[in-house]
Amino acid sequence: MYNFDFEKPSTIADAVAALATEDAQALGGGQTLLPTMKQRLASPSKIVSLSGISEMQGVCKGDDGSVCIGGATTHATVAASASEYPALAALASNIGDPAVRNRGTIGGSLANNDPAACYPSAALASGATIVTNARQIAADDYFQGMFTTALNEGEIITEVRFPVPEAANYQKFEQPASRFAMVGVFVAKYADGVRVAVTGASEEGVFRWTEAEAALSADFSAHALEGLSVSGEGMINDLHGSGEYRAHLVKVLTKRAVAAC
Amino acid sequence: MPKDSGIGASSKRREDVRFLTGTGQYTDDINIHGQTYVYFLRSDVAHGKINNIDTSAAAAMPGVVRIFTGADFEGIGSIPCGWQVTDRHGEPMQEPAHPVLAQGKVRHVGDPIAAVVAESLEQARDAAEAIDLDIEELPAVVDMKAALSDGATKVHDDLSSNLCYDWGFVEENKGAVDEAIKNAAHVTTLELVNNRLVANPMEPRVAVGDYNRANDESTLFTTSQNPHVIRLLMGAFVLGIPEHKLRVVAPDVGGGFGTKIFHYAEEAFCTFAARQINRPVKWTASRSEAFMSDAHGRDHVTKIELALDADNNFTAVRTETYANMGAYLSTFAPSVPTWLHGTLMAGNYKTPLIYVNVKAVFTNTVPVDAYRGAGRPEATYQLERVIDKAARELGVDPIALRRQNFITEFPYATPVAVEYDTGNYPATMDKLEEIADLSGFDARRKASEAKGKLRGLGVNCYIEACGIAPSNLVGQLGARAGLYDAATVRVNATGTISVMVGAHSHGQGHETAFPQVVAEMLGIDENMIDIVHGDSSKIPFGMGTYGSRSIAVCGSAMVRATEKIINKAKKIASHLLEASEADIELKDGQFSVAGTDKSVAWGDVTLAAYVPHNYPLEDIEPGLEETAFYDPSNFTYPSGAYACEVEVDPETGKVTIERFAAADDFGNVINPMIVTGQVHGGIGQGIGQALLENCAYDENGQLLSASYMDYAMPRASDVPFYTVDHSCQTPCTHNPLGVKGCGEAGAIGSPPSVVNAVVDALQSGGHNVTHIDMPVSPSRVWAAMNNA
Ligand SMILES: Cc1cc2nc3c(=O)[nH]c(=O)nc-3n(C[C@H](O)[C@H](O)[C@H](O)COP(=O)(O)OP(=O)(O)OC[C@H]3O[C@@H](n4cnc5c(N)ncnc54)[C@H](O)[C@@H]3O)c2cc1C
Repeated sequence: MYNFDFEKPSTIADAVAALATEDAQALGGGQTLLPTMKQRLASPSKIVSLSGISEMQGVCKGDDGSVCIGGATTHATVAASASEYPALAALASNIGDPAVRNRGTIGGSLANNDPAACYPSAALASGATIVTNARQIAADDYFQGMFTTALNEGEIITEVRFPVPEAANYQKFEQPASRFAMVGVFVAKYADGVRVAVTGASEEGVFRWTEAEAALSADFSAHALEGLSVSGEGMINDLHGSGEYRAHLVKVLTKRAVAAC
Repeated sequence: MPKDSGIGASSKRREDVRFLTGTGQYTDDINIHGQTYVYFLRSDVAHGKINNIDTSAAAAMPGVVRIFTGADFEGIGSIPCGWQVTDRHGEPMQEPAHPVLAQGKVRHVGDPIAAVVAESLEQARDAAEAIDLDIEELPAVVDMKAALSDGATKVHDDLSSNLCYDWGFVEENKGAVDEAIKNAAHVTTLELVNNRLVANPMEPRVAVGDYNRANDESTLFTTSQNPHVIRLLMGAFVLGIPEHKLRVVAPDVGGGFGTKIFHYAEEAFCTFAARQINRPVKWTASRSEAFMSDAHGRDHVTKIELALDADNNFTAVRTETYANMGAYLSTFAPSVPTWLHGTLMAGNYKTPLIYVNVKAVFTNTVPVDAYRGAGRPEATYQLERVIDKAARELGVDPIALRRQNFITEFPYATPVAVEYDTGNYPATMDKLEEIADLSGFDARRKASEAKGKLRGLGVNCYIEACGIAPSNLVGQLGARAGLYDAATVRVNATGTISVMVGAHSHGQGHETAFPQVVAEMLGIDENMIDIVHGDSSKIPFGMGTYGSRSIAVCGSAMVRATEKIINKAKKIASHLLEASEADIELKDGQFSVAGTDKSVAWGDVTLAAYVPHNYPLEDIEPGLEETAFYDPSNFTYPSGAYACEVEVDPETGKVTIERFAAADDFGNVINPMIVTGQVHGGIGQGIGQALLENCAYDENGQLLSASYMDYAMPRASDVPFYTVDHSCQTPCTHNPLGVKGCGEAGAIGSPPSVVNAVVDALQSGGHNVTHIDMPVSPSRVWAAMNNA
C-alpha cells in the first residue's frame, strides 16, 4: 500500500468537501478498494471514509412506500432490516461471507459496478433511484458498462430508493472460486410490468433482458419464457464458463426466479 | 472396548491446544533483533531475455540495505534436483541449472529477478518499483505437446530440447504389452488430463536467515517438511556452508501437502543475504507469490489402454503420459511421474503385462513437484477411470469387474517391479458395500430423479506405496538422498521422556501419536513423553515427513530406539532387583522378577541411570538415551475402496457430492481419530481436485488462476459428511508396528470415484458421456451433456 491521508467526516457536506482534493477517494466498506490498494493497483492521495456519516446509514420506508437504504449501509444491515423487500434482503444476505457483509456497503457495490456483483441487478430490475449528494439518477441511466457508472468524480451515493414490487426473486449461480455471480438474475413484478435484470453474464455489465420482460408482463409464468433464447454473443467467456453457457444460465435462472416468486 | 491410551487409543491431539488458541510458533512469528525484509521482484512475463537491470535509483531509496540480482550469485550453486531419472535409452535426464535469482533469462511468471533488502517490507516494495528492468519478451511454451514439437522455443537454450526425459517402464516388457493389446478380445482407451493444482497450505512459505559472525554460524528458519534435507541440499550444493555451521529450523508449520518438501530459492537467498549484510533477512510470501512460486502439483496428460480377454480378465495395460516439469526441476520432480507413478500402475489387479511411458517436459510455467499423493493419484485416477469405462463398454458391473481381477495372494510381485507384502482387497470392497449402503442406491436415485436431479454412483479402488525405501534401491533408481529415518529416545532422570524425531509434523498429529507408541511399549502415561522435531540442532539426521512415511519409517526408528532403552533398563533393573536379566519383565511401568513379587518402578530405574550410586558401572554406562536409524526393507502398501454418490443438476450442470464412503486398510492403526481426520482431509482435497481446483495458464504463460478469485478451493459446503472405516487391517509384514501410513490415501482414492459418479449420473439421464476432465465444473458438465 502507498501512503495516503485519511479523513472520516460526519456529514455528507464535509465528505464532499474532503473529496475535492485531487485523487481523493471515498471509502465504503473497503472490501474492494483496500485489496486493490494493498496490491498497489490504486494509489489515492486521500481516503475519505463514509462510515461515520449517520445520515447515510440504515434502512427506512419512503413516503411513496419505497425502501430507502443509506449509501453507507452494510450488506448485513440490509439483510437484517429490508424486510419490506424480502428479495432484496435475501440478495444482501448471500453476498460474500459474514466478514464481507459486515463491512461492504450498497453504495460501494453500486459505485464499483463490478460486472459480477449482485446489487446492480436488484437496482436495475427494481427501477431504483440512485440518490447522490448532487442529484437523483434513475437506475436505467446509472449503469454504463463494466465498472462504469454515471457518477462524476467525487460524487457520493447517499441513498438508494427501491420501489417495492408485488413479487420478486433473485437467483444467483455462483462462480466456483470467487462465489460472485457467474450469472445472477433479478426478476421484479410491478403493477405496470415485469423487469428482469441480469448480472455476471455480459461483457457490458448488468443489463435488462427486455424480451423476457415483455413475455412475463403478458404472462407471469416460467412457461412464458419457453420460446425465448439468449445469445452467447457479448457474454463473458472465461476459465469458468463460455459465453454460451452463461447465456444458457440466464434463461434457466430467469425461469427459476419466476417460479420462486 | 476402545482403549483410552497407548496404541489404538483416540487420544486428543495435544498440539491443537496451541494451534487453536493462537499460541503456535510459526516461522512468521520469529523476529530477530536487527531483522531486515526482502521483497522479490518477480517476472511478469513467462519467458524473456534480461537485457539490463538498473538498480541504481532503487538502491538510493529510503531504507534500502542492499539489492541483489543474479550477478551476485555467480559462483554460487544451482538449486539442486534430488533425483536423477535415466531414460528409455539409458541416458540421464536433461538437467538445467536453476539459479537462486534469474541469470540472463526469466522462465516463468514469478521467476525471481532481483531481491531488495530493506528496513521494512513497504520500503523494499517501493524500491523494487524503482528498479529499471529491460526484459525482452520471448515466445512462451505452455502446452506440453507443442513444447516437444520441432522448432519449439526452448525453455533452456543449453539443453537439446524441452524434453527432460522419455522414460519407459518396464522397457523390456514393451513388445509383449504391444502384442497383448493387439491380440486382446477388448481394448478400452481413455485420454485424460490430471489437472494442475496449487497446494495452498493455509500458511504461506516464510524464510528467516540469520548469521552469527562470532562463530560463523548460519541459521535458517523455514516452513519446511524436512529441515535436514534443506540443510543438506542448501549447505552442500548451493551455498557451501558446512553442516556444523548451518542450523535449519522448521517450527510449527501450517500445512505442507508436499509443496514444503522442496528446497526453494528464497530459503537460499535469505541464508546467503544474511551472511552478506550481517543482519537477519526475513521473507514472508504473499498469497499471490505462493500461487506463482510454490511448486505446483499433478499436470499430466495421459492416454491409457486396458486390454481384456474374452472372460474380462485384464491382460495388459499401456500408458503414455506427458508430465509437466515446469521451467526448472524442483527437488523431487523427476521421481513423481516415474518411480512414484509407473510402479503403481498394477493397482489392486493381477494384470500380467504393463508398460508405462512418460515424457517429462519443460515449459514456461511454475515448477511442478510432489503434491499429496505424488504420482499415486495420477496412477490411480487413470487406472480406475479406464476400468470404469471398460465395464460400461462391456456391460458388466464395475465392482464385479474389479473383484474378478483383484490380486488375492500375497506377497505379490507386480509386473512394475514392486512387491505388495499384504492386503485384502475383497475385504475392503465388502466393507465399502456395507458402509456406503450400495444396496440402497437405487432408491436414492429414484428420490433424486423425483426432484429433477440425476444421481450417479462411482466406486474405485486404490493402492498406494508409502514410506519410500529402501535407500540402496532408491539410490539405484536415481535418488540422491537416503530414505531412512531416525529417532533419539532421551529418558530423563525422573522417567519423563523426550523423543527427538526426524519426521516433521505440520498437521499430522505426531506430537500425540508418537508418544502413544512409546507409552504402550513402556507401560507409562503418554503425558510423560514429548516429541521434539523440526530443529536440526536438536534432532538426529532424519529425512522429514512426506509420502505418508512418518509412522512407518520414523515410528519404526522410534520403536528400535525404545527397544534399546528397554534392554538397558532391564539390565539396570536386574541389578537393583539382584536378579538375572533374563527374568526381568516390564509391564505397566514396573520391572519385576518373573514368578516373584519383587519389582522396581520405571522411575526408580531411570533415576538409578542418572544417579548411579547403586549401579553396575563396570558393565554399562550411566544415562538412558538411545538413537536408532531405520531403513525399511520395502514400501508399505495401504489400499482401499471408495464410493461417491453425486447429484447433477441437468439444467446447470452443477455437481453436488451427496455421499462419500471410504474403506481403507492402513494395517495397524495407532490413533483412529487422527487417521479418520487424515482421511477426511485427503478426501476433501481429492474432491477439490475433482470438482473445483484448476491451475490454468493462457497461451502466453500468464497464470489465469492466480488468486482465490479464480482458483476454487473446496469449502465445507462442498463436501458431505463422510463415512470412513479402517477396520480392515492387514498389518504390514516388514515394519515393527505393522503400520502402513494414511496421510495421502484420501487424496489418492477420491478423484476417480467422483468422476465415475458424474459419468454414471449423466448416463442415467441418457447422455452418452464417457469422460469429463477434472475439475468437473458446471460449465464442463453442461458442455458434455450438450455436445455428446
Ligand atoms: C471475499 C469477497 C466476496 C464478495 N462476494 C460478493 C458477492 O457475492 N456479490 C457481490 O455483489 N459482491 C461481493 N463482494 C464485493 C462486496 O460486496 C463489496 O463490498 C463491494 O463490491 C464494495 O463495497 P464496499 O463498501 O466495500 O466499497 P469500497 O471497497 O470501500 O469501495 C469500492 C469503490 O466504491 C467507491 N465508493 C464506496 N462507497 C461509495 C459511495 N457511497 N458513493 C460513491 N462511491 C463510493 C470507492 O471510492 C471505491 O471506488 C465480495 C467481496 C469480497 C472481498
